[in-house]
Amino acid sequence: MQNLKYAVTQKHPVINVLMSGVGGQGVLVASDILVLVAMHAELDAKKSEVHGMAQRGGSVVSQVRYGKKIFSPLIEMGTADVILAFEKLEAIRYLDFLKPNGIVLINEQQITPLSVFSANIPYPQNIEELCRKKTEHVVLIHGIKIAEAVGNPRTINSVLLGALSNFLEFDEHHWMKAIAERVPPKTIELNRQAFEAGRLGNESIG
Amino acid sequence: MEKTILSGNEAIARGFYEAGGLFASAYPGTPSTEILENIGQYAEIQAQWAPNEKVALEVAAGAALGGARSLAAMKHVGLNVAADPLFSMSYQGVNAGIVIVSADDPSMHSSQNEQDNRWYARSAKIPMLEPSDSQEAKQFTIAALEISEQFDTPVLLRTTTRVNHSKSIVLLNERAAIESKEYKKDFAKNVLLPTNARKKHVFVEQRLKNLEEFANDCQWNRIEWGEKSLGIITSGISYQYVKEVFPHASILKLGLSHPLPKKLIREFADQVEKLVVIEELDPFLEEQIAAMGILVEGKNRLPNIGELNSDIISEAFGLKSSAGASVLNDVPIPPRPPVLCPGCSHRGIFYAMKRLKLTVMGDIGCYTLAAIPPLEIMDTCICMGASIGYAEGVEKASGEKLKGKLIGVIGDSTFYHSGITGLIDIVYNQAKTKICILDNQITAMTGHQENPSSGLTLKKAPTNKVDLEALCRAMGIKRVVKVDPYKINETIATLKAEMAADEPSVIIADAPCIIRARKVFSEPYFVDPEKCIMCGMCHKVGCPAIEKDENGKTKINELLCIGCDICRQVCKPQAIQKPVG
Repeated sequence: MQNLKYAVTQKHPVINVLMSGVGGQGVLVASDILVLVAMHAELDAKKSEVHGMAQRGGSVVSQVRYGKKIFSPLIEMGTADVILAFEKLEAIRYLDFLKPNGIVLINEQQITPLSVFSANIPYPQNIEELCRKKTEHVVLIHGIKIAEAVGNPRTINSVLLGALSNFLEFDEHHWMKAIAERVPPKTIELNRQAFEAGRLGNESIG
Repeated sequence: MEKTILSGNEAIARGFYEAGGLFASAYPGTPSTEILENIGQYAEIQAQWAPNEKVALEVAAGAALGGARSLAAMKHVGLNVAADPLFSMSYQGVNAGIVIVSADDPSMHSSQNEQDNRWYARSAKIPMLEPSDSQEAKQFTIAALEISEQFDTPVLLRTTTRVNHSKSIVLLNERAAIESKEYKKDFAKNVLLPTNARKKHVFVEQRLKNLEEFANDCQWNRIEWGEKSLGIITSGISYQYVKEVFPHASILKLGLSHPLPKKLIREFADQVEKLVVIEELDPFLEEQIAAMGILVEGKNRLPNIGELNSDIISEAFGLKSSAGASVLNDVPIPPRPPVLCPGCSHRGIFYAMKRLKLTVMGDIGCYTLAAIPPLEIMDTCICMGASIGYAEGVEKASGEKLKGKLIGVIGDSTFYHSGITGLIDIVYNQAKTKICILDNQITAMTGHQENPSSGLTLKKAPTNKVDLEALCRAMGIKRVVKVDPYKINETIATLKAEMAADEPSVIIADAPCIIRARKVFSEPYFVDPEKCIMCGMCHKVGCPAIEKDENGKTKINELLCIGCDICRQVCKPQAIQKPVG
């Protein structure tokens, strides 16, 4: 697991990363940062997502693709190299996008949708197990704990990007540059610390 | 040259800036909203929100007539509203260039229909450009203004959600030094009296022929030769999917897709063994190519419903079958649809209507969420402003049956957009319709854009506010009352009184959007589990902050609750409590 790290190569010309979560968690900023990292690494990159109603607490998904040359901004079913889920349930909602034995990174946070109470559909309790039916590479991240240790729970998206960075071949300075470009100027240092903490925290857990 | 990552909408804004654009107007609508928001960041450009798309287009067209390169942006259904000026502007032509952006929404991510607005270009007889990524969104915006001036025509820039909301790399250029033109009085061109309009129609038909010649040779229509066994004609986002699925095929990519470059299409068709059109939604290109007498495939394989993607195209051409059984087949995944925010003022008014068992004609905004569980109180959602006409029409058809029980509900922004004329109809035709205007003083659903009731312009400068109450009275509505929708009993009492009136009434639910106002009423509320009898009343208000604990008793999520007090008011056993101090 420690050695699993995706790089753009002749044999693996495109890398697909799907990020999912709940409106307000910072999924869109995180995927913006990954696209910028790829661009700084001199790669082509695209991402796609849908705005609008999702802002009202709905499920949010952002698809990132990078490589030598990218055409479609959408990931095909069964071809995502990585799913980064900001919330547990949102990891399995898009699990069919994962390629066989891809990587699933799950933030250990449960945000219960209203339908659990109003329609009595239970919140699945065996999310990690379900993911393991598709891949052996499942990593749980205690994102909120790490973000709180850094000093601000709102840096969760940088923490999760830090965890993600362990599995994607990019120079660290590309990440740092992209974070600085995309987060509010006053929070750059904090987000960089959160990224580092996520990068380390993940290794100690994985 | 500097490169950056832009969404399609950001790229359109950038293109307009680089092209020397001077004036832009829009009404917000997903997926087009961010175009004007981004144009608004350029100090050199006057950018403003209009109350609706017709006004946006008319003001932009006026600015173009006045000599400024102009832009009007809207979602696909917005072009229906703006269609009236569009068709006649086509006859008139332009002074400075104008580009009209139509952002279509295949798959209806945030829309009430998925009409294909390419037909507008054809029926209004104007040129259309279809970008396939952000770089093209920028280039085509610039090209649209050039074509507009060269051919004396408005130009349609037709995008789809996947272009508007995807991000890709864009190369940036400087702003061109384009001088604004002089306004010129020109009776034959600008006064579409029949005598002039008849001559202008001749001009329009000749212009289409000239544009077709241009389309045959222009850089935006290109052939990418590959193997000649398969030739694909495509445009817009579909091009990107085609490149994924058929990397070796020959492709004719149409950037300027109306009028069709017929000569180029024949050349291409003559050299490939099999010809296929891959396009989203309607067979817009396919039917025209078939009408040229060319054998072509397309919608016999591809769906005309919803977005395309590489998976759908691969399956349609037998290149892959649906992936095997999902590992999730046996696991019900609770859906997570959008919900009214914790503390939203709409919750109180709809709860009150539910208590009174009203029949509600609905409209378009965040409040349309009242149509879905658990509120389920809104019976219709059709188009902007329809709540008012529908309420009047149902009243006239149903006679006594729904008397005192029928109401139309509309937001402030939607009312200014298309509700005012409906209210005039109620007065003029002596209806007794009751209308509730949810005045949260912002266009909330599309992401909090300013509007005539917010007191700020698009560029956030202070401006005049429409006096909603005075406006309704001036139209002839005698009963206009305001309610505070956070006070449930008062709201119910007011609604009851107004519903009983033997004349029309407007009830204004007067409360700013709490997200916009960043309002927090109090510390989070809490539940006394001893008192909770699990009656479920609090769950019926549909607040995301109201959860259940392991025993099924109500629990309030402290991270989400902003203390709006609505759940406390509906809790009969008084288990839900406000924190002291």
